[in-house]
Order: sequence, then structure tokens, then C-alpha cells
Amino acid sequence: MKNKHIRILNPKQRKACGECQTSVAQPCEKR
Amino acid sequence: MLHHFTLHGDTIVFDSESLVLLSVDHPVRLLLEAAPDGSWEQLSDAALTRLAAESGVSVSDIESCRSELIALREEGCIHAPEQQAGFSDLYPDEPRIKSMCLHLCHDCNLRCRYCFAGTGDYGTGRRNFLAPETGRRAVDFLIEASGPRRQLYIDFFGGEPLLNWDTVVALTEYCETAGPRHGKDIRLTLTTNAVLLDEAKARFLDRHMKNVVLSLDGRPEVNDRMRPAPNGRSSYRPVVDNILRFARLRGNREHYVRGTYTSENCDFDRDVLHLAALGLEQLSMEPVVASPDQPYAIGPDDLPAIEAAYERLALAWLRRREEGRPFAFFHFNLDLEGGPCLYKRLKGCGAGIEYCAVAPDGSVYPCHQFVGDEDFRLGTVFERPEKLERQIREKFRTLLLTSRPDCRRCWARYLCAGGCAANNYHASGALDGRYEIGCRLQLKRLECALWLEAKRREKLSDAEYAE
Repeated sequence: MKNKHIRILNPKQRKACGECQTSVAQPCEKR
Repeated sequence: MLHHFTLHGDTIVFDSESLVLLSVDHPVRLLLEAAPDGSWEQLSDAALTRLAAESGVSVSDIESCRSELIALREEGCIHAPEQQAGFSDLYPDEPRIKSMCLHLCHDCNLRCRYCFAGTGDYGTGRRNFLAPETGRRAVDFLIEASGPRRQLYIDFFGGEPLLNWDTVVALTEYCETAGPRHGKDIRLTLTTNAVLLDEAKARFLDRHMKNVVLSLDGRPEVNDRMRPAPNGRSSYRPVVDNILRFARLRGNREHYVRGTYTSENCDFDRDVLHLAALGLEQLSMEPVVASPDQPYAIGPDDLPAIEAAYERLALAWLRRREEGRPFAFFHFNLDLEGGPCLYKRLKGCGAGIEYCAVAPDGSVYPCHQFVGDEDFRLGTVFERPEKLERQIREKFRTLLLTSRPDCRRCWARYLCAGGCAANNYHASGALDGRYEIGCRLQLKRLECALWLEAKRREKLSDAEYAE
């Protein structure tokens, strides 16, 4: 069913390795 | 948690758990407000009739909106369940210090009125410089403390680090030899007011630094009111020439021109656009954090004007992008598809456990905002890393979003990670306290960023449809 009233702009989509840069809204080193 | 807001006529919906981003029409917005918990089946026929009248559509249209919302909820797209995770679930081993703010000196050649570092001396009354041997010991300390971590980060900071230029050069060379010898990739950055950034220094920094942060507050009169030279004269003209030369040399490689706004320029969007008009393309403008008794401190009464400035800035950002004259604004950068792991989103910057600051005398603190506060002194780089004060570090180790009630109720938690621990502490007296003004500004910035992301995706989607 195609939505008529709602437009989906980002569909439904995440252990730390500890290598990333110190900052989060950030690339994951695992690049 | 589901959040919806209206900006520049668009109603945007964002789910914090699924990262779903929606654009919705007016009747859907009314349904979201009528049942904030998502219990749309519970709405009576009378309620649906009232909502239809209020939005100027038929009852069958309202029922159609309701069906779309319920379908999204059933698919787990909206009102998605909260992710449950504790510290031990998220981290395979103990966090290690792998990032350091290294203070090249506690002195400065400007007298910025709002400087959190007390115009360079961090309120100590002592203006001192990092000795090269102390700096080398700090690098060795970081290498030892980092354990198995391979990527290490050192930010040359101050005061004004260019005042201690010979040590910047010596430590850069030391990092570039000591890092590979120990199997480490040490990435260097530097933060400067650019007063001493001549061509030779610019070329050196361009060659050796992963990132360079340059300070300038925007319009000349705004900059000079808050960032005077020690003799009270203007700092704008010499600094802006140095920054423009560096930006031309740097091109699109990592650098930022970063300003601070205060209650005296709540129209700071004009300052960002002033910097963009100069041709600078990597920009950031941050709210001052100051004691409430300072005349330039941001108070609750300033928030409506500041929020309006962010909204104007988002619109200007979009227009310039459409005109082919884009600029990057730090807080409008958003990644809904990649981004860091859940641990990072729950933990934030890692101050005190993955990140530390080192003063010119070798004293170690949890972050640059705590330097000079003896209550937070962890030890010194002349000791072994395991000797660092454990009780203070434990307070930082246990700071996690899931333990903070205010954050658990907030839609922005995974995009914010609980804010700045130092700001929270200075505002509330507790590391896990709340800096109310900081929260308000962060929420507005994220709404602007989500709106811009929605506009970008709408355009992509329209282009695909046209093909």
C-alpha cells in the first residue's frame, strides 16, 4: 500500500572497538 | 521514542530507536498529537470527526491517516522498543585512554572575555609553557595507557599553542617516529586563534595535522567586542587574513573555523553567513558557557531569539546549497545510516576514561574543561597510567545514558549522548546533572539537522521518481 499522507524518508535501520575519534550524531573506524 | 516537530511549514517525525524519518501532512500531525503514545485505535468516532473538521479533511481521510500510522507502528518503524544494553554488553574489554588534549602553554596573545581558560592561565595566575621533555613524556604516557588501541589522537591546545611553536614542531616529529615504533597511528590536531599563523606555520600544520580548528567569531564588530588583543585593539583583521590563507592552502581537507556566540549576538546566524561569505566552508558556531552573572551569559530569556537564529541558519544553509555555494555547519552534520556503535551513543566523549587533558606541568585531568580544578586532578604523566586516581575515573566510567532519567525520556539521546559532562557539572554540581540551556539548544540544532536531512532525501526521492 502506498502511503498517501506519510512519506518515509529514512527507512527502519546499530560491540565497541574503542578506536574511534573523541567526539555522536561520527564515522565508525570499523571506514 | 517518537518525536515530531514543524519547521518552515514541514512536519517531520523521527523515531529515536529505529531512526525512521518521516514527512507527514497536517491530519497526521493532529493524530500524533491526539495519541502521543501511539494508541490510535483508542480514538473514538467523535474524536476522529473532530480531527477531520480541524484539519479540513473528510473522516475517511483521517481514518486513512490512522491506518498508515498503525501500519508503521506494527512494522516497528515508529514507537519502536527501546534498546536495552548495559556497560558490559557494549564493551569487549576495559576502556583505555587513547586520546589526549595536550596543553602547549597556559598563556595567550588574546584576551577573550568569555575564555573558559581564564585568558590562558586557567584561573591559576600562572602563565607557563610545556617543556619538550614533559611533552614527550605525555606522548609516551598515552602510548602506554592505550594498551591494544591502535588509533591515538593528540590535540595541541592551550592557551594558544602557537606561542610554543618550537615544542609543537618537536612533539610532531616525536609522534611521527614514536607512533609507528609502537604500532600506533597517532593523529594530530591543533586548535589556534591564528594570530601567529604565518605562511610557514600554515604549511607545517597543513602537512602534519589531521584537523585544524581556527577561532573567529564572525562579523568584525562581534569578534572584536569579545576577542580583543591584550592592548584592547582589534584582532579581526590580522586573524582573518591568516585564516583565509590557511583555508585556501587546506582546500577540502579537515579544518574548522569555529566561533563562539553570546547573549550579545543572538543573531549569530549572521556571523556564520559572514564567514561563509568570506569563502570559508567548514564552520561551527558554539554557544558560550559562562557563569550566569556574566553580562554575556546566555539565559532562558535569550533562547527564543537563539532558536529563531538556528531556524534561519538552516534555511540559509539549504538555499546556499541549492545555489551551488554550500558550507558545512558542525551541528547540521547528521548520519542516520552509519554513525558510531551503541556504546559510543550511550557514552559520549569518553572524558576521564578514554580521553584526558594534560597541563604544561604534566598534570592529568579528565578533559580540557576540568584543567586547573584540583578536585578533578587524576595524577601526572610522570607516573604509570595505572596510578591515575581511580575514584574520580570511576565517576566518569559509570556515566552512561541509561542511568540518566532525563535522557531516557529524551528523543535526541542517541544523537547527543547526554551532552558535555563538564557543562553538566558546572551548571548543576553533578557530572550526571543537567545543563538545561545546553539541552534546549542541542534539541533545536538536531531538529534543524533532521529537517535538512528530510529536505535532502525528499529531493533525492523526487529525482528518482522523475527518472
